[in-house]
Amino acid sequence: MTLGVTKKEKIDALAENVGVSLAASAWKRLRRSPVFLIGATIIGIFVVLSLLSPWLAPHDPADPMLIKQVVKARNEIPPPQPGHPLGGDLQGRDFLSRMLVGSQQTLIVGVGATLIGLTGGLILGTLAGAIGGWVDSVVMRFVDVMLSLPALLLAFSIAAMFAHPSQFSVILAISIVQIPVFARLLRGSMLAQRASDHVLAATALGVKRGSIVFRHMLPNSLGPVIVQSTLVLATAIIEAAALSFLGLGNPDDRIPEWGQMLGDVQKVFDTHPHLAAYPAICIIIVALGFTLMGETLREALDPKNRR
Amino acid sequence: MLRYTIRRLIQLVGVVLVLSLLLFAWLRALPGGPVSALLGERATPESRAALTKQLGLDQPIIVQYFKFLGRAASGDFGVSNGVQPGDSAMEIFLQRFPATIELSFSALLIAIALGIPLGYLAAKRRGSWFDNMSVIGSLIGVAIPVFFLAYVLKDNFSHLLGLPSIGRQNGDIGATRVTGFFVLDGLLTREFDASWDALKHLILPAMALATIPFAVIFRITRAAVLEVLDEDFVRTAESKGLTAPVIRRRHVLRNAMLPVVTTIGLQTGALLSGAVLTEKVFAFPGVGEALALGFERRDYPVLLLLLIMAAIVYVLVNLLVDLSYALIDPRIRTR
Repeated sequence: MTLGVTKKEKIDALAENVGVSLAASAWKRLRRSPVFLIGATIIGIFVVLSLLSPWLAPHDPADPMLIKQVVKARNEIPPPQPGHPLGGDLQGRDFLSRMLVGSQQTLIVGVGATLIGLTGGLILGTLAGAIGGWVDSVVMRFVDVMLSLPALLLAFSIAAMFAHPSQFSVILAISIVQIPVFARLLRGSMLAQRASDHVLAATALGVKRGSIVFRHMLPNSLGPVIVQSTLVLATAIIEAAALSFLGLGNPDDRIPEWGQMLGDVQKVFDTHPHLAAYPAICIIIVALGFTLMGETLREALDPKNRR
Repeated sequence: MLRYTIRRLIQLVGVVLVLSLLLFAWLRALPGGPVSALLGERATPESRAALTKQLGLDQPIIVQYFKFLGRAASGDFGVSNGVQPGDSAMEIFLQRFPATIELSFSALLIAIALGIPLGYLAAKRRGSWFDNMSVIGSLIGVAIPVFFLAYVLKDNFSHLLGLPSIGRQNGDIGATRVTGFFVLDGLLTREFDASWDALKHLILPAMALATIPFAVIFRITRAAVLEVLDEDFVRTAESKGLTAPVIRRRHVLRNAMLPVVTTIGLQTGALLSGAVLTEKVFAFPGVGEALALGFERRDYPVLLLLLIMAAIVYVLVNLLVDLSYALIDPRIRTR
C-alpha cells in the first residue's frame, strides 16, 4: 500500500485497506502473480477442451476404424495419416480423438475424487473440531489408522477390493485416501477458531451452537482446505495412472482417460513410446497447472504475506 | 523421553492391530475370498463347502481374526497363491525386504544429497534464473507419474550409461547370500564383481524413485532457509563478523533442518508406494514388486503381510523423526 500525498489521497489509501477481507486481498495479489496466471491459463484451456471434446474429436474414440493397419505379429500400428494426424492406437482407434475425449474423463476423475474426499473430510473434520470430546478422539483414531499406510498404498488396497473395477472404483479409491488429510486440516483450524475471540463473543451473545459452527467457525477454517483441494486435483490424476498401471484401473477403455491410456500401454512402451508420451505429457502439464494454482493460492491466503 | 517413546510404541501397536483387523475383514469380505482363490471359479458347491469348513471360514469373523492373530504371532501369515505360489508369505517378505531397503535408502540418499544443497543455493539466490528454473523443475518432478519416468530412464538411459535395464531374477545375485542386501553381500564375501553388478542394477531404479522425494526436500529446504535468512539472529551473526561458512552451518542450516527432517520422514511413504511402481518397471526383486504382483494376481496372504509390514515401517520411521526433533532442536522437550 502506498500512501498518497494529499490528505484526500491518504484517506482513500487508508480506506482501501480498511475492511478488506483476507479473501479480497488474496485475490488482489493472485491477479498480479504471473505464476498463478500461468497455472490458471493451463487449467482454463484444459477445462474448456474437456467440455468441448465430444464435438472437437474428429472420430468416435471407441471405433476401431484403422484395425486393418494393425499387424499384431509385427507389432505394427497405424502411422499418422491424412484424417488421423496422430495415427491409431493398438486397437486401430483414432489416437487424436482418444486424447481429446480422454481429457474429459481425466477432469471427471480429478474433480470427482477431490469432491468426495473433500466432503468426507469436511464431515469428519467438522464433527471432530466442533464437538470435541469423545467424538474427536474416535474420529482422530480412525484418521490415524488410515494415515498409517502411505496414501498411494492405501489407494491400491482399496482399489483391489473391487471384484469388477470401474471408473467409479478408481475415483472412490483415490478419494477415500484424501479424507483423513482434509479431516485433519479442518479439525486443526477449527480448534484454533474455537479458542478465538470472535467465537467467544458470539457465544457470549447467546448465538446458537449450530450457527456458531456453520456461520462463524467453518467459513474461517476453509482456507487451507481450498488450497489442499487444488493440490489433490493434481495428485488424483497422477494416482489414477498408477492404478491403471497396476491393473487396478477401469478395464473398459471405450471412453478413454489419460491415466488409463498411460497405464495400459506399458507392454509396448519400448516399441511405441508415443502412445505413452502423449498422455503422460498431458498429465504432467495439467498436474503442473493445478499445483501452480495451489501453491500461489497457499501463499496468497497466508496472513503473514498480507500487505 | 523414554516414557514418550513407550507411549508412542503402544499407540503404534494399537494402530497396527486395528489396521490388520480392517485388512483382514476386507480380505474375507471379498467376493469368493480365499476359497475361490484356491479352488478357482468352477469348483463344485460341495468341494467349496468342504474347504470352507476345513479353513474355518464358517466361523464368525472375529473368531477367525483371533485365530489369524495367533498364527501371525508365530510368523505364519499363510501361503502365497500368486506371487511365488507355494512359498510362505513370511519367506517372501524376508527374502525381498533387504533389496527394497537398499533401493529406498539409495534413493533417499540421492534425494537428500541433491535436495538440501540445491535448496540452500536456490534460497540464497532467490529470484535468480537458477532459483526459478529449479523451482519449476521440482514442480515438474512431482507431477511426473513415477512409472513413466522409470520407463523413460530404462529405455533411454540404460544404453547411454552402459547400465543393465532390468533387475536380476530372484536369488541370482552372483554372490553368496549373507544378509540379503545385494551390494553388502558382495563386499562381505569379497566378491566385488557381484557388488559392482548389484550397484549398477541399483542406479536407474534409485534415480526414478528419488525424483519425488528430491523435489519435495528441495522445496522444503528452500522455503525453510528463506525463512531463517530473514531472522534477526542471522543479521546479528553477520554483523559480529562470523565467517560465511560458520553462519551457514551453525545458524542457517541447523535452524532450517527441522521442517526438512519432518519431510524426509514423510517421504518414506512416497518411497514405499513408489517402490511398488519402480520395482515393477525394472523387475527389481523387492517387496514392491511382490506387492505389485500381489495386487495384479490378488494374492491376499502376501498382500496382508506386506501391507501390515509397510504400515509398521512407515509409522516407526515417523516416530524416529519425531524423536530426532529433540536432538536437532534442544528447545523441544518431549513429554
